[in-house]
Amino acid sequence: MNTLAGTGTMIRFVARRERVRVPVYLLVLVGLIASTAAQSEELYSTQAERDEYAATVAGNPGLIAMVGPAYRVTTVGGDTAWQWGAFGAVTAALMSMFIVGRHTRAEEQSGRSELVRASVLGRFAPTAATMIVLVAVNVLVAATVALAMIGLDQPAAGSIALGASLGGAGLLFAAVAVLAMQVNQSTGGAYGLVGAVLGASYMLRAAGDVGDGTLSWLSPIGWVQSMRPFADERWWPLVLLLAVAVVLVAAAFALLSRRDDGAGLVASRPGRAKASGVLAHPLGLALRLSRGALIGWAIGLFLGGVSIGLTGQDVESILGDSDEVDELFARAGGSLVDNYLAVSLSSMALIGTGFAIQAVLRMRSEETSGRLEPLLAAALARPRWAAGHLAMAAGGTVLILAASGFGAGIADAISSDDAGRLPLLLGSSVALAPAVWVLIGIAIALFGLVPRAASASWGFLAACFLLLYLGPLLSLPDWVMNLSPYTHVPLLPAADLTIAPLIVLTAIAAALTAAGVLGLRRRDIAST
Amino acid sequence: MTNAISVSGLVKTFGSVRALDGLDLNVAEGEVHGFLGPNGAGKSTTIRVLLGLLRADSGRARLLGGDPWTDAVALHRRVAYVPGDVSLWPNLTGGEAIDLLGRLRGGLDTDRRAELLERFDLDPTKKSRTYSKGNRQKVALIAGLAADVELLLLDEPTSGLDPLMEELFREYIAEDRRAGRTVLLSSHILAEVEALCDRVTIIRAGRTVETGSLAELRHLTRTSIHVETIEPADDLATLEGIHGLQVTDRRASFDVDTTHLDEAVRRLSRFGIRSLTSQPPTLEELFLRHYGDLIEQEEAA
Repeated sequence: MNTLAGTGTMIRFVARRERVRVPVYLLVLVGLIASTAAQSEELYSTQAERDEYAATVAGNPGLIAMVGPAYRVTTVGGDTAWQWGAFGAVTAALMSMFIVGRHTRAEEQSGRSELVRASVLGRFAPTAATMIVLVAVNVLVAATVALAMIGLDQPAAGSIALGASLGGAGLLFAAVAVLAMQVNQSTGGAYGLVGAVLGASYMLRAAGDVGDGTLSWLSPIGWVQSMRPFADERWWPLVLLLAVAVVLVAAAFALLSRRDDGAGLVASRPGRAKASGVLAHPLGLALRLSRGALIGWAIGLFLGGVSIGLTGQDVESILGDSDEVDELFARAGGSLVDNYLAVSLSSMALIGTGFAIQAVLRMRSEETSGRLEPLLAAALARPRWAAGHLAMAAGGTVLILAASGFGAGIADAISSDDAGRLPLLLGSSVALAPAVWVLIGIAIALFGLVPRAASASWGFLAACFLLLYLGPLLSLPDWVMNLSPYTHVPLLPAADLTIAPLIVLTAIAAALTAAGVLGLRRRDIAST
Repeated sequence: MTNAISVSGLVKTFGSVRALDGLDLNVAEGEVHGFLGPNGAGKSTTIRVLLGLLRADSGRARLLGGDPWTDAVALHRRVAYVPGDVSLWPNLTGGEAIDLLGRLRGGLDTDRRAELLERFDLDPTKKSRTYSKGNRQKVALIAGLAADVELLLLDEPTSGLDPLMEELFREYIAEDRRAGRTVLLSSHILAEVEALCDRVTIIRAGRTVETGSLAELRHLTRTSIHVETIEPADDLATLEGIHGLQVTDRRASFDVDTTHLDEAVRRLSRFGIRSLTSQPPTLEELFLRHYGDLIEQEEAA
């Protein structure tokens, strides 16, 4: 039997299913990298300012640990490559992992692969097709990043090296992912494995970069950064990345040829035969369903907070005292450090809103998957069911905001040698909760009143993002800026705490929630 | 006799699709009622209206004397529901799912739960994502059967179960009937309906086309007759209600509308009957004939 029969058809099939996601992802990644380069160009008008910035960066081990070794931050290209080397690699790795999972293990888990493989299709064809598409996607990553940097008048060699390093990271983690998909029976479990490898790679290079660099050589992300784009590029780490990827893919195919459809190396562990007391009420169920997401988001926001806190006290020398910087933080009083922290914490809150919306939209997926039906058929009132998920979303929001504020507070307290900074930043972050609650309110209102449009909640979040970042640059009129709830929360710790906007935002959130729950009570439950 | 379920003139539309078009359904207390109809006839929609998951556009629906929409929660303490396509939480075990559903209804009988787990041979420690279709079905079935309720709403409850489990399911339903529970059983397995149900309702395109006991329904359909006569039976074709007549010399076979059976047998006796076999219609035939006829009629119109 030809194990690759039908690969061509599968390639077209996989590509078709990714035809929206991949271009959007590419656009966002390249857009962010290009805007970093453009900002770096604009922020420092003289080489002296640039040198001062580079010296500050090089002297901040916290920053080196978060971002990576600073090779030639004195140039626009070098600065961009420094800021995006590790983060870009992680982004490319995650995108590649999700594509691999979606087209291999997730298909097996849902039983769809059975249907496909029962036709004239070789055993390796779905996986091989997925990997071929991934090679194409990561080559595209490399090419678009390189072209964007060249388009911004950066040296060609460095641009290509930056692009290639990100594409290489994507491919390597695609290989890690395809191997993990063979090992673990569930897609989520395999993602966890890849995430652990990715996290370990990140921590190893952090330790290595701060130390003598030996540990960085144990980390694929370390290899990515050792290509040194815009700083006398080295090309052989790319060969190393690709060689390891090939070995991992070969191992994955060896496992694939031995295992059954749907099986893994690690069998699923047995769980409880009886439900614990937590599962007796809707909040317990919501908690159980969103537990993993909550923990993940809390850790992510904590780390984000730490990185904010680490940079905080150095922000003056990093950003310099230019007019652009003043303009960037022109909205509140207080010191530059506090303004930077305030804006960064509200950016973290915006990111954390992703969790809140995800938690609310879980209600919709529970409904459309048919899992809500037996619950409602079992003497559970709709508002009570919704209350469980809403409590999870609103309370979880407070928790992850606290994680972000706690991370920032600890790091800032250590670098400023002032323990009082910890409760201050913790409180500042938690005070952002009412803005997030408004977005929760929008999501539940959509879910209750126009359930088909529930996922439009993400659009509202995207609009808030754009307003926060582009608003000041485009000098949008006040009434437009005022549409975003994040405009109304006091920018603590820079501004003074004002209670009124927090109460108003909470009231708006409550009204939207009430409208949503009322809508839910009145409407039909979707059938599967 | 009071009705556990009484539905009349129920209408439910989804956009331009009329899923229920004046449906009537009456289920007496303590009976096992079969609910039949081809795919897309509106069986699941009816059950979902009865569960208060969908709001009917017009018509009247009463469940255990209450309004299924406004009294949903109170009624559901007295009702168990088993869907035909069970979707479970992938990271919960089967045992946890059963407990969750039971507790929401106000607790379940742990002895009965243990007995059902053992008899249906389900491992409750496995994560739901690892269950096969049949095992997911068992989870819903056990959760439903372990509940101490007055009314069971079963929507193709045995889909994906093996014949042994199906047999076991029949035992439990028979036991429920003895205990005085009311059951509405929507099913495509006609042998199951024939074995369990006191009365059936057949629906098509959102409307009730037939309802009654199996005996009554049989009466509405045809019996097939094979007969050997002493004299050639030559004028059978003139009889009313005769279908598919085939006569070869002294042998004849035909289907006769059950209402005209008596007449046909009288006529046959004139020719002297040497042997006669008659087959009452099976539910399958009843079902097929009903839809076959309706489809033909519609095509003709």
